[in-house]
Amino acid sequence: MEGSRVSDETIAEPKRRDILFIATGAMAAVAAGAAVWPLLEQMNPDASTLALASTEVDLSAIVPGQIVTVKWRGKPVFVRHRTALEIAAAENTPLTDLPDPETDAKRVKKPEWLVVIGVCTHLGCIPLGHEGDFDGWFCPCHGSTYDTSGRIRSGPAPSNLEVPAYAFLTDTKIKIG
Amino acid sequence: MSGPSKYTPKSPFARWLERRLPILSFMHDSFVAYPTPKNLNYMWTFGAILSFMLIAQIVTGVVLAMHYTPETSLAFDSIEHIMRDVNWGMFLRYAHANGASMFFLAVYLHIFKGMYYGSYKEPRELLWILGIVIFLAMMATGFLGYVLPWGQMSFWAATVITNLFSAIPVVGNSITTWLLGGYSVDNPTLNRFYALHYLLPFVLVAIVAMHVWALHVTGQNNPTGVEVKDEEKETVPFTPYATLKDAFGIGVFLVLFAWLTFFAPNYLGHPDNYIEANPLVTPAHIVPEWYFLPFYAILRAIPNKLLGVIALFSAVIIPAALPWLDFSKVKSARYRPWFAKAFWVFVAVGVGLGYLGSQPAEGGFLIAARVLTAYYFFHFLVLLPVLAKFEMTRPEPASIAASVAAANAVVEDAAHV
Ligand code: HEM
Ligand code: FES
Repeated sequence: MEGSRVSDETIAEPKRRDILFIATGAMAAVAAGAAVWPLLEQMNPDASTLALASTEVDLSAIVPGQIVTVKWRGKPVFVRHRTALEIAAAENTPLTDLPDPETDAKRVKKPEWLVVIGVCTHLGCIPLGHEGDFDGWFCPCHGSTYDTSGRIRSGPAPSNLEVPAYAFLTDTKIKIG
Repeated sequence: MSGPSKYTPKSPFARWLERRLPILSFMHDSFVAYPTPKNLNYMWTFGAILSFMLIAQIVTGVVLAMHYTPETSLAFDSIEHIMRDVNWGMFLRYAHANGASMFFLAVYLHIFKGMYYGSYKEPRELLWILGIVIFLAMMATGFLGYVLPWGQMSFWAATVITNLFSAIPVVGNSITTWLLGGYSVDNPTLNRFYALHYLLPFVLVAIVAMHVWALHVTGQNNPTGVEVKDEEKETVPFTPYATLKDAFGIGVFLVLFAWLTFFAPNYLGHPDNYIEANPLVTPAHIVPEWYFLPFYAILRAIPNKLLGVIALFSAVIIPAALPWLDFSKVKSARYRPWFAKAFWVFVAVGVGLGYLGSQPAEGGFLIAARVLTAYYFFHFLVLLPVLAKFEMTRPEPASIAASVAAANAVVEDAAHV
């Protein structure tokens, strides 16, 4: 066929037609990409999901030892009023004992209050409070345990419970998000 | 099929149609005249059973879709509406839910048959790989469907499975967000899962068509694993022989299906799925549907997120490499004594993993799951290649005809005694 002869000649000396072929092909590729992009991008979070609401939590009703779960961005957030014992346990753990080393001080704004996203960093289940060997959380799905600072201690989860962005509005009120 | 069509149109209309679209000769050659080895046993009826189940799922699914609502605040109620208000709705839903289980039961038996008789070997490698692709698409469809009733198990299955992708380094979290359409399983997730659950079965139909096409090019394997040498002596036409045998197989299978649907419709389900999805509470013990349990056990056996996910996906994909891992020229386990033993051990390991997947991942269960997971991969990656190289196989019969004649002789001897 003529096609094969054309490509042989191309190597020797490109013709105007070859340039046209390449330019057309390149434009077709760009057009195909531009057409596919919206088809893929529509699956990402839409504007209404992105408009993240922030949540305010009144701390005055949470007694020491209690964990309250609030919903933020469709996910649970644990607000834990830690007891002196729990704070001590979290602060005195040597970093070498931690799979994902992080000091307790870096994870809290005030030692009595631990605020973490309540989603297991393994596959997304919600851990149960006051359970597991470290009295922090225990994930019922595949057995990860977290300590009183929400740090991963054992099991398949790779990292500590995430600390969301939050701020103290007053001594007894925080705003998450 | 080979050679020109054996079909001759009889009526004037058939002749008119044949000249324009040779669909009658195509159907005739594929499902009437098509030569099937005459020594096939009942394990060979699962192809027809699977085709039947795919159509059954599509038919029940389409009618359920006429009453189901894919919106988080309505989905759970619309299932209850189907169960209580829609005429025959309870039957249709139970048929669809248990139909998925029966579909997977059939596909596992079909795959095991292929493994036992070496059906994946030359020249059927592509046929086999298409089969594994079908299995993957079935798994995806089953998972997506299970999310639709929007119960607690639906929700948490969706959460755990989409989070598998978050194990991928760097881009993992973005992929999970992209799959979910948000930061957690929510309405966008349910909506797209419904669209895909409706779509995938039709993609399956197309892959199944290619699978059958490839089958009709290479011809069926048979219990001896020796290829057909004399079409005249060793095969019988598909209709009536295979057609009726398949119909009988489907009938027996339907008895089991009907028993489940009518007498134990929730036996394979989880009570937690009759509790509406609650994004703030994970059930104490989450387990997938039974047909995913062996792979779930493998995921949990490995104490590292990324490696666990890699093991899970490898376990599903690895059978596709069988034609090259088991390179023994002898196909059927009948003539491979050690391979046959290894096969049954493998089946036991698969069932064992399934059991462990249903138990909590702790203590002895966890240790057992680790041992069996290691064996699962050992079977494919070490045992099969070693057997292929060193096993002393028994002599294969010269032909299917010779094997059938020998079997008949044995029967006659027995009759004389
Ligand atoms: C490969 C074939 C299919 C498989 C394996 C399959 C599997 C499933 C499963 C496991 C469920 C959950 C059942 C339950 O626990 O309630 C389900 C639900 C559903 N499926 Fe399918 N399905 C298939 C084809 C289809 C098709 C073609 C449609 C048509 C649109 C469909 C529509 C639905 C609907 C509306 C539901 C929700 C109602 C319910 O949960 O009972 N399915 N499917
Ligand atoms: S999701 Fe928590 S351990 Fe797997």
